[in-house]
Amino acid sequence: MFIPHTESEREEMLKSIGVEKIEDLFAAIPEQHRFPKLGMLHGMTEMEASAQLKEMAEANLSLSNAVCFLGAGAYYHYIPAAIDNLISRGEFYTAYTPYQPEISQGTLQGIFEYQSLIARLTGMDCANASHYDGATACAEAGILAYHQFRGKRKEILVSPGLHPHYQSVMRTYLSDFDGMYMISPTFNSLEDVNPQKLIDAVDENTAMVMVQYPDFFGQIFDFSELAEACHAKGALLCVCVNPIALGLLKTPGEMGADVVVGEGQPLGIPLSYGGPYLGIFATRKELIRKVSGRIVGQTVDNRGQKSYVLTLTAREQHIRREKATSNICSNQGLNALTAAIYLSLLGKEGLREVAGLCYNKAHYAAKKISELKGYEILNPGPFFHEFVVKCPKPVDELQEHLLEHGILGGYDLSGSYPVFENCLLIAVTEMNSKQDIDDLCLVLKGGHHHHEH
Amino acid sequence: MSTKPTTGNEQKTIFELSSAGRRGMRYPKCDVPETELPAGLLREDLPLPELSEADVVRHFTNLSELNYSLDNGFYPLGSCTMKYNPKIDEKLSRLDGFVNVHPLQPIETVQGSLLLMYELQGMLQRVSGMDACTLTPAAGAHGEFSGVKTIVAWHQAQGHDKRKVMLIPDSAHGTNPATSAMSGLVVKPVPTDARGNIDLEKLAPLCNDELAGIMITNPNTLGLFDEHIVEVNEMVHKAGGLVYGDGANMNALLGIARPGDLGFDVMHFNLHKTFATPHGGGGPGSGPICAKAFLADFIPGPVACVLEEETEELPPLYGLKMPEESMGQVRSFWGHFGVMVKAYVYILMEGEEGLRRVSEYATLNANYLMAALKKVYPLPFDRPCMHEFVLEGKLPNAPEVRALDIAKRLMDYKFHPPTNYFPLIVHEALMIEPTETENKQVLDEFIEALLAIAKEAEEDPQLLHDAPLTTPFGRMDEVKAAKDLILTA
Repeated sequence: MFIPHTESEREEMLKSIGVEKIEDLFAAIPEQHRFPKLGMLHGMTEMEASAQLKEMAEANLSLSNAVCFLGAGAYYHYIPAAIDNLISRGEFYTAYTPYQPEISQGTLQGIFEYQSLIARLTGMDCANASHYDGATACAEAGILAYHQFRGKRKEILVSPGLHPHYQSVMRTYLSDFDGMYMISPTFNSLEDVNPQKLIDAVDENTAMVMVQYPDFFGQIFDFSELAEACHAKGALLCVCVNPIALGLLKTPGEMGADVVVGEGQPLGIPLSYGGPYLGIFATRKELIRKVSGRIVGQTVDNRGQKSYVLTLTAREQHIRREKATSNICSNQGLNALTAAIYLSLLGKEGLREVAGLCYNKAHYAAKKISELKGYEILNPGPFFHEFVVKCPKPVDELQEHLLEHGILGGYDLSGSYPVFENCLLIAVTEMNSKQDIDDLCLVLKGGHHHHEH
Repeated sequence: MSTKPTTGNEQKTIFELSSAGRRGMRYPKCDVPETELPAGLLREDLPLPELSEADVVRHFTNLSELNYSLDNGFYPLGSCTMKYNPKIDEKLSRLDGFVNVHPLQPIETVQGSLLLMYELQGMLQRVSGMDACTLTPAAGAHGEFSGVKTIVAWHQAQGHDKRKVMLIPDSAHGTNPATSAMSGLVVKPVPTDARGNIDLEKLAPLCNDELAGIMITNPNTLGLFDEHIVEVNEMVHKAGGLVYGDGANMNALLGIARPGDLGFDVMHFNLHKTFATPHGGGGPGSGPICAKAFLADFIPGPVACVLEEETEELPPLYGLKMPEESMGQVRSFWGHFGVMVKAYVYILMEGEEGLRRVSEYATLNANYLMAALKKVYPLPFDRPCMHEFVLEGKLPNAPEVRALDIAKRLMDYKFHPPTNYFPLIVHEALMIEPTETENKQVLDEFIEALLAIAKEAEEDPQLLHDAPLTTPFGRMDEVKAAKDLILTA
């Protein structure tokens, strides 16, 4: 379909190679396996493919036609129009990894600015060019901890408030990893998910303590004492963040975190049924050589111009092979660029505003829901824009009812957490109006809201 | 081409463009009563830049113009498959019903996405001759990790505690050994023979009861199809090992040969290479893996599946499930769905015949370049190549010129350089992969440029050492970057 050769060009080319037909170039392939039938359909034209894809997309319920209170690690935020316009420039999205810095300064400076923005947002010294997503960034943090202690400390102490997918991905990465293992404090209720439990558990075997901020249940804590406790035992503290919350909240850097990871999706990246997203990874400067993934540094060219290159490449797989810090050889380039554009557009005030809207609307929703008969907010302390609601009946029944009213009511916690029977995790962002929240309450109450979406 | 290099091409950073109080984005007033935040949890300062929308748009537009991209010209970067990225893929991947869908929505509300994933899994199985597929891995290296851990999980389930050795040919990408090490395996290299195949004699003693498997890129990074591939795979199987296929070079094999038929047990695809999804300046990619039936329960998940079969009244209900003995989850949620849409559209549009033509013409283009260039540049393995080939960037009459100089000089001819210094087994390697989407004029211009550079190398080697001269930036001081470590503005 996208092959430009004319018949006469093909014949000329074959002639200059010295073969008769294209098939002759494949003699090295065992004959019985050569040119198999694949069992695919005939090719489609652009018009036909467009029609089919449009139909498939319409078979989904788009959040443009619904009210969304679903979060649990992926959040529905407004994406400024300028973002798609800029990342749709072929110069950005059809370029490869910037191995040739002379003709890749756009990508390189973009990453350098992304790193700078993430460092400022998290209060850390530096950041890498990104990992695949929040979960793999957590896993890579665990591997960093392994290297920091040269394999002598094998334990990662994980808060039960870390996203269940992140825990699961960390487990995958750390199984078969020279005896590394994860442990968590006992978890029977939200009261168990707090820094004190981790302070009690950290000891000389702990390589790293992993917490989430806000945690999976929306809770926010000051981890300063936890950081002190970790450092007193020689362990590292890693904080997994939601970057939007950092528009308002005290930074992990201020609290004494050694590593900050996080899911960067809320920074202007569409939900897109789960990906591609963005794995944030920031550290203190002393740890930078243990960080895996791409890092961009500033330098000068041979004409004296300030410019940027991929640096510290000696950590990476193409040089170190089996001794590399990780096998990663890419970053989420275009997603990191998206986050850089998002943070530049919103700036100091814009990000504060979004974070403030999320916070205030979530608290309004929590207050309203807590006033409903049979509903209870389980969060014992401060939370950001997500909270746990104990419901009077099974969540799937409620969800179905909410969906009839065009509302995605939140995440059903009972599936992954037996302790949270009939519990719903509700996220509220700037996309939810007061009316949406009032409608949610009305349907939860068992009534019918007054306008249809 | 004696141009004085330009200067003054530096771009201010967004922080330097910032002006206190300027705004680029405003939000509606808060329509609910405000709640006080606990004071101890507030940050003191938020040191983000302050810019107008126009500032931001101009800044990033200007940055983009410092990039060379596929949309600018020829990008013959070996092993990266820089083929044209169709615009329709971008458009369709941005449909509202794909973009604004939350990964945790009830499956009844995401049947379009699940159908697409289910069908894409089936397409990749057909192309590879495999029985199972998972789309979750985020990139090629991530697919390798998923596949190798699948092999590890399978051995563990069989009680093969001793099998810890992964064999890796010396021509392999650095990701292969790094992946094996991450998966708790011991890496042993296998040499390449004089024809560019895996050395069977050296392989034989390595096929013993410690063998977990072998990771093979076929065609290999020399662009050569291994002439003994079936034999190699049989030797490994006979010794109790499994065969991993690194799909980096699948652009040579679509409709030409299926790894499943050749004896591979599990492999990854790079949707961003083979199926024309854009590289995005380094990502996002997508690295699905396909496996034979006996490994289907061990691959990472979740995978898209049919939960309820079609009935007379109802279409099938698609959903997600975790394979029973899965090696685990490798990423949050279900994978790079946005990338999957693009690959799916590409495969739909190519179809059975189109896919085969892709690999045929990729191979034609590579052989055409190789035939013309080997007259001047040394070709260490001289037999028909597949979709790419490797030259030595070392000319007999220009001893002080290196592959790096040739690569940099190509920029002055408005081409992206080939991959250089890889594979490691070729001295001063220049690895060239034209892909099928380049026309004959472009290839001819590229040949002319490389021939002209060979001449320059003999007559004026300094010109090559100084190159590039016509680009906005010259060669960078990489030592300084690593020494100063300025990583933020």
